[in-house]
This record gives sequence, structure tokens and C-alpha cells, in this order.
Amino acid sequence: MTPAPWFRSRGRAARRTARQGVDALPDGLWTKCPGCGEILFNKELVKNLRVCNKCSHHYRLSAQERIQITADEGTFTEIETGLVTVNPLDFPDYESKITRDRARTGLEDGMVVGTAEIAGRPVALGVTDWFMGGSMGSVYGEKVSRLIELAVKKKMPVVIFTMSGGARMQEGILSLMQMAKTAAAVAQLGKAGLPYIVVLTDPTTAGVHASFASLGDFIFAEPGALVGFAGARVAAQAGLISRPADFQTSEFQLEHGMIDRVVSRREMKSTLTKVLDFCSTTVIPSPELVEGSKEAADAA
Amino acid sequence: MPPSNWNVLDFEKPIAELDNQIAEIKRLTQEQGQDRSADIAALECDRDRVIEEVFSNLVPWDRVLLARHPKRPYTLDYARVIFDDYVELHGDRLFADDHAMVGGVATLDERQVMFVGQQKGRDLKDRQYRSFGMAKPEGYRKALRMMKLAEKFKRPVICFVDTPAADCSVDGEGRGISEAIARNMMEMSALETPIVAVVVGEGGSGGAIGIAVADRVLMLENSIYSVIPPESCSAILWRDPSRFKEMAAALRITSSDALALGVVDEVIEEPLGGAHRNVEAAARAVKSAILRHLGELEKLSPRKLLDARYKKFRAMGVFEDLSKKRKAEVVEQ
Repeated sequence: MTPAPWFRSRGRAARRTARQGVDALPDGLWTKCPGCGEILFNKELVKNLRVCNKCSHHYRLSAQERIQITADEGTFTEIETGLVTVNPLDFPDYESKITRDRARTGLEDGMVVGTAEIAGRPVALGVTDWFMGGSMGSVYGEKVSRLIELAVKKKMPVVIFTMSGGARMQEGILSLMQMAKTAAAVAQLGKAGLPYIVVLTDPTTAGVHASFASLGDFIFAEPGALVGFAGARVAAQAGLISRPADFQTSEFQLEHGMIDRVVSRREMKSTLTKVLDFCSTTVIPSPELVEGSKEAADAA
Repeated sequence: MPPSNWNVLDFEKPIAELDNQIAEIKRLTQEQGQDRSADIAALECDRDRVIEEVFSNLVPWDRVLLARHPKRPYTLDYARVIFDDYVELHGDRLFADDHAMVGGVATLDERQVMFVGQQKGRDLKDRQYRSFGMAKPEGYRKALRMMKLAEKFKRPVICFVDTPAADCSVDGEGRGISEAIARNMMEMSALETPIVAVVVGEGGSGGAIGIAVADRVLMLENSIYSVIPPESCSAILWRDPSRFKEMAAALRITSSDALALGVVDEVIEEPLGGAHRNVEAAARAVKSAILRHLGELEKLSPRKLLDARYKKFRAMGVFEDLSKKRKAEVVEQ
């Protein structure tokens, strides 16, 4: 059954409004909240961590914005820059889309990784940007794996903010393998006894949700985020049309026991801090200390 | 082959026609007692030539149709030939028994093995019973439970992959289909026993990789391995579901593609005309490949085995690392 034409055009309009919320703020002083329709003063919105003060709709953040509100000022050091996508399948139009999103975001890929401090606690931090729909291709998977491997080497906790539509279709089967690759990396982290915290942000679906995003020791989600396995379009292709209204939201996942907490943006940093402190006894001291004590033991 | 035109793909029609002729002559031979073996031999020769010709010109979409062929042998069809003393085990001990995921203890020649795999149904009722081979969270947890048993008793695990996708129902979501698949991959990457996975039909996305993090991943010639069904991908990416044939080619989902991309270790050749034309032979080929790989894997120490498995998946993906180039440029300046 196809929807009536007027219905479709309204859907398009709604998508347009939603997209305006996703991309950078439109020029001008005011933004209309896609959640409640309230007109918000842009400066006020930024000060409020891009959360609507009326309905607490959480706007999507760029990687840069996420780092700014999560890491202590000036502590984020990006690593693994210079990993860039090639077109392994010779997939049509792939390069042009990559070039377009590179220009739009100023990033090489959606996943940005580095080391940072959260309230003075060192972490290996991964954040995501809306680059190619936040999709996970070879570069994305490689960066997640390298971040985790660095954490294992340096005995650091890992914190990853996820935002992804799933595996990157343009890299086909190689994208699917990134699910296995990142899940295997998380296993290494577990073996080393290091904490792994995942924060699901809008949206986290499909290939990313079904791999490293669901394997956190602690899993938090921002309110109202779309979180789930099969997107509406994939499910519709599989013949599944009827889905409940709150389906695949953070709150749905909380209710079904799949995440630890829904945490608002304002409380995210303090929540992360508390959890990091809980884990800190299991964290083995930094390598310098271990080497130092070894020498001391040798000397003795 | 039964002389039937049911379940015949378009490109198989000339083959089916010759099959029917051969069957007809054989029937007449029986009824009238004439010896027409020369005619039969000639026709069979013709038919094999036609098959070879048809199969040398298959496009990727044709492979999709073969992988989903209604007559294609399913997991238990292979298991019947490959294993002896198969004792099926049920349930995930948490919620339910998923009929789309089967498995149990079995003997593979003189070895004791654990066998796990997705199972599709043959007729309408059976298909519903097997949920079209789309396993739910409890299916993946059942599979993991059995693999953990294999680890405990130091037996190798053999996985058969044949699923269009994992279940995407509302109930499945509520019980954590994502978590179940993610956990399987994580646990399999560290499972201290050899694992061999064989993609025998459809290697559908997360549903497939959820039981395919193995030391060796093998693939039958006419099976497919894809991140998304070509129809869905075409609908989503090109907003045009009718271009699925083109998409099947673009996604590189055939066995030779998977081999070239380093995703599978070996492609197992199928009998002439596809596995469904000679299930016995196809299963024997699968068996000998499994035995060969298991033999190699059993020589490794557990530590070496796990290291190699981690490295295998760690190396997957294609990208360019400009950082070294950039460093070199800085040095030059």
C-alpha cells in the first residue's frame, strides 16, 4: 500500500526539518526544535549542550562538539589520523560521496579516536560524526580496533560514543567483517581486565549496534536515541511493517534490559566519571609505574 | 533429478528440458523393454554440455538465485552425509529453543565434534517452523552455549551458515538480537578450540557472521556472502528496488569475490549444475575440506590458534594509511 501523495509530502517535510537539526545550525539566530517546535535561540542552545530546554530533545553532535563537552579542555589528542578510505569494491559513486562528506565535515572518516581526560581520568576516547551516515567501513573498524589495542597496551579504559546507521554498504562484505574485527578487539580488552564504556547516541543501529556497541561493560544511551538492530527500511523489505511507537529507542532498550541507563547529556560527564572511578581498582597502573617497580624489585 | 518443472530457475530451463527427455526415455525403456542406453548417453552428454555452458555465463544475481534455490541442500542435508551419530541438542537455557538454529554433538569420521548451523525449511509449513532460517537471539545464544560446551570438552566446532538475515522482529529486538550477535562474535574470537565455518547457502549479514568468526571460513561455490541483501541495498542506496541485479554485481557477493577480498579461505567446488543436482557429492566435498582444515588447525597450540584467529579478522578491510607518507613528507621538508 502506498501512502497518499499529501502524506508523502508531509513525510518529506518532516525529514527536511529533522535533517536541519542534524546538520550544522542553519545561519541565523534561531532554530526550530524538531522535538517540540519551540523556537530556540542558537547561543542558548549551544550553552545548553545542544539540548532543547523545553522538551530536552538531544540534537546530534559533531565529533568536535562531542569532544568539547566530554573531554577536559585541551586534553584530547587525536591518534590514527591519516587512515583513508579507498574504494575496494569499485562501488559506483562511492568516491564522490566520500569527497562530499570530507568537505562537509572536515574529517577523513566518521570515527575519531584519541586519548583524553574525563574529569582528570585518562581514557581512550572514540567519538563519531555523521559521516556517510556514520557507517562503519574498513577505516572506521580499523580505528576502533586500534583505539582498543592502544588501550590494552597502555592499560587505559575505553569510552566510545556511537552514532551509526550500520555497516557501510559501499564496502560490502568488508564492512561486515569490521563487526567481527571490532568484537574481537573488545575481547582483548576484556582479557586485559580493562573497562569498556559505550554511550549510544542517536542513531546507533544495525552493524554497529550488533557489534562493539553492544559489548560494553557499561552501556548508556542518550534520551530518545534510535537504538536497534534492523532499520525500518530493512525491516520493511523483510516484510515487517507494524512496529510499536517507542520501538528501538533508548527507553525501549532500557525497558528490555539491554542498556544500563538512559543518561541526559548534562549528566553524562559525571556519570562517566563515577563509573570510571568504580573500575579504577581493576585498572593496572600505567606502564611507567610497572617498569619502575620492576626495576625496584630487581634492585632489591 | 526428479523430472519436474517445479522449482526450476529460468536459466535452468534448458537443463530441465533435457532432464525431462532423459527421464521420459528411461520410463519408456522400463515399460517397453527396449535398450536405448545410447540415446540416453547422448542426451546426458548434451545436458552436461548445456550445464557447462549455462554455468560459465552466470551473472552475480544468478548466484543469488542458486544460493536461495528451493532445492538447494540445507544444513541438515549436509549434516546427514557428513556426520555419524548426530545427537541434536536444543535450547539456550534462557528463553526458548530456536528452530532456525540447529546443532549438536556428532562424529566426523573418528573425531567428536560440535556442529552448529542455521536451518531453512523445505515446504511452507517447515519454512515457518524454521522461521525461514532467520535465527532469533535465543538461536545465537543456543549456538554459543553449544560452542562453549565444545570448548569445555576440547572438541572442534563446525558451523554451517545459511541464513537470509538474523530475525528482525519486534520480539527479537526486545530480547537483544544485536547483543546476541555481538556476544557470539566476541566469544568466538576467543574460543579455545578450532572452529571451521562453511557458508553453504546464503551468508546473510549479521545473521551469518554471528556464527562465522572461525579459524577457517569456507564457502560453497554457488553460495553468497553479503552485508545486505541486494534488493534491500538497492532500495536504500539507490531508492530503486528494481535495480537489484545491478546491485548484486556491485556488492561483490559471490564466492570468488569473497575469496579475492580475503574474507574466506577456500571456495569448495560444487557438482556440475549446483549442489542441488548432487547433494551427496556436494556434501562429500564439504566433508573433505573440513577434514583437511581441521587437520591443520589441530596441530596448533591453543595460544597460536587464538593469535592466528585474531590476526585473521584483524587484517580484514582495505584502506590507505597516509600517516607514514605524511611523516616522510615532513622529514623531507
